[in-house]
Amino acid sequence: MHSATLDLEQPDVEAPPPAVRSGEGVKVIRACTINRSAAELFAFWRNLENLPRFMINLVSVTQTTPTRSHWVARGSRNKTIEWDAVIINEHPNEMIAWKTAEESEFRHAGSIRFQPAPGGRGTEVVVSLEYDPLHSDVKILTRLFGKKPKDSVSQDLGRFKALMETGEIPSTAGQPVGSGKQKEEQ
Amino acid sequence: MKALCWLGKHRLAVETVPDPQIINPGDAIVKITTSAICGSDLHLYAGYIPGLRAGDILGHEFMGIVQEVGPAVKRLKPGDRVVVPFTISCGRCYYCEHDLWSLCDNSNPNATELEKVNGYSGAGLFGYSHLYGGYAGGQAQFARVPYADYGPIKIENDLDDEQVLFLSDIFPTGYMAAENCDIQPGQVVAVWGCGPVGQFAIRSAQLLGAEKVIAIDNLPERLEMAEQGGAQVIWSGDDVPDQLTQATGGRGPDACIDAVGMEAHGSVYDDVKQTLKLETDRPYVLRQAIQVCRKGGTVSIPGVYAGFLDKLPFGAAVAKGLTFKMGQTHVQRYLRPLLELIATGAIDPSFVITHRVPLSDAPRAYEVFAKKEDRCIKVALKPWENGAA
Repeated sequence: MHSATLDLEQPDVEAPPPAVRSGEGVKVIRACTINRSAAELFAFWRNLENLPRFMINLVSVTQTTPTRSHWVARGSRNKTIEWDAVIINEHPNEMIAWKTAEESEFRHAGSIRFQPAPGGRGTEVVVSLEYDPLHSDVKILTRLFGKKPKDSVSQDLGRFKALMETGEIPSTAGQPVGSGKQKEEQ
Repeated sequence: MKALCWLGKHRLAVETVPDPQIINPGDAIVKITTSAICGSDLHLYAGYIPGLRAGDILGHEFMGIVQEVGPAVKRLKPGDRVVVPFTISCGRCYYCEHDLWSLCDNSNPNATELEKVNGYSGAGLFGYSHLYGGYAGGQAQFARVPYADYGPIKIENDLDDEQVLFLSDIFPTGYMAAENCDIQPGQVVAVWGCGPVGQFAIRSAQLLGAEKVIAIDNLPERLEMAEQGGAQVIWSGDDVPDQLTQATGGRGPDACIDAVGMEAHGSVYDDVKQTLKLETDRPYVLRQAIQVCRKGGTVSIPGVYAGFLDKLPFGAAVAKGLTFKMGQTHVQRYLRPLLELIATGAIDPSFVITHRVPLSDAPRAYEVFAKKEDRCIKVALKPWENGAA
């Protein structure tokens, strides 16, 4: 249905080649409504170094130039997966689009859009991700997006929402739990 | 600390587990002074709610003294005496801001799982399975309470624990069930199930102006308590729909409250199907309520249903233009007004307690409550009494 990887509304000097070619990628779209203004959400997200706070697979994101960033994610067996991403389109308070840099071991592109929700309900946030298993290391893709990419993206979005609305992410990690075993009768 | 842990279907044990710690900045740790066993805990005990794991700490009706607060907590401090709602609600999402606390968007860390079952996830709940967040419950000596500024209500008067404890669940639950009936002067409300929620629904319906409340149950001690609460009673062994129709001048009750839920008795058909897992719930009462409710009336459902219901007479509901109201209780909405009713003496919720036991006796108390032995209607637990500490 959607052929262009990313909407380049104002192609600047030269449009970069698509990271995922039409018809070849897997596309995941997830939406959620966050009870905050688009400006607040955009500002938090655009500071890419914030992303590991709610994307649990990420170790760090480092902005290297205004549009280029270095990403480190958890790989298998204490290894890390690293790549560079490039912001290829950006409209303040509305959208950010990115793709993996040319030399990456996997091809991925994505965008996040922020649009006011009807009825004063905050902002509709729509994440759109594409990745190309044919031209990528599939193990890395699976590691990054999980076996159920829709769930992984939903969970990341849910944590983003919780963090923006409440300043914390719900968790029960480390709470007490019993052994679950019947004691021997004395 | 000591805590009541679920081991498996019909198996519980009081175990020594680590004390809870602050996990998030909005948390508080509460030292529990009184807790209780809820009728809905029996659905967990009997294994009807999926998503429990061996070792999970149960309990969602509790109160106590704030022991410690996280760095973001502003409204509570150590030493405050609080009752804790069973619904864990963030206070800042669209639903919380619109007083629909049990539908909170943010408090369930396992929301994706529940979304698969229900479309969207509601609030996390204390001690009510991992589908509802997997939060450790309050049948314990301490509990960690998330979003402490938005849940617990401070008790600043000298009311006893037993008078205010049930603000945590069953009083608001019964009250919301009655409020959902939109009771008008002169109206008759029928309440199926005279367990604790039914008892509060009966009394709340009267506080909200019902002309007459008719209560239905199969246990004499529950019917007695309903009668003491001002209800006319019907034993459920009788032909309930017929009795209700005749008792309401042939019209049927204006509103019907199903305070029984998924484990209703009375239908062999449903017992068999539920046992064979062909049906998740036994909607026997709901069928009766739909059948007998007057034309244009309301069916209010505080009883817990968890899955798919079989053979509901939906044609009758459509033909009679019924209104259905249901849902987990928006406990935080009712805390202040109901505390006010208790403080002014309009109601003393401690009437419902029939058993008081130390936490160490909780496994046995579940059994007594589940089997309806010893005229048991409501069990209060004392986490620090003899043998428990």
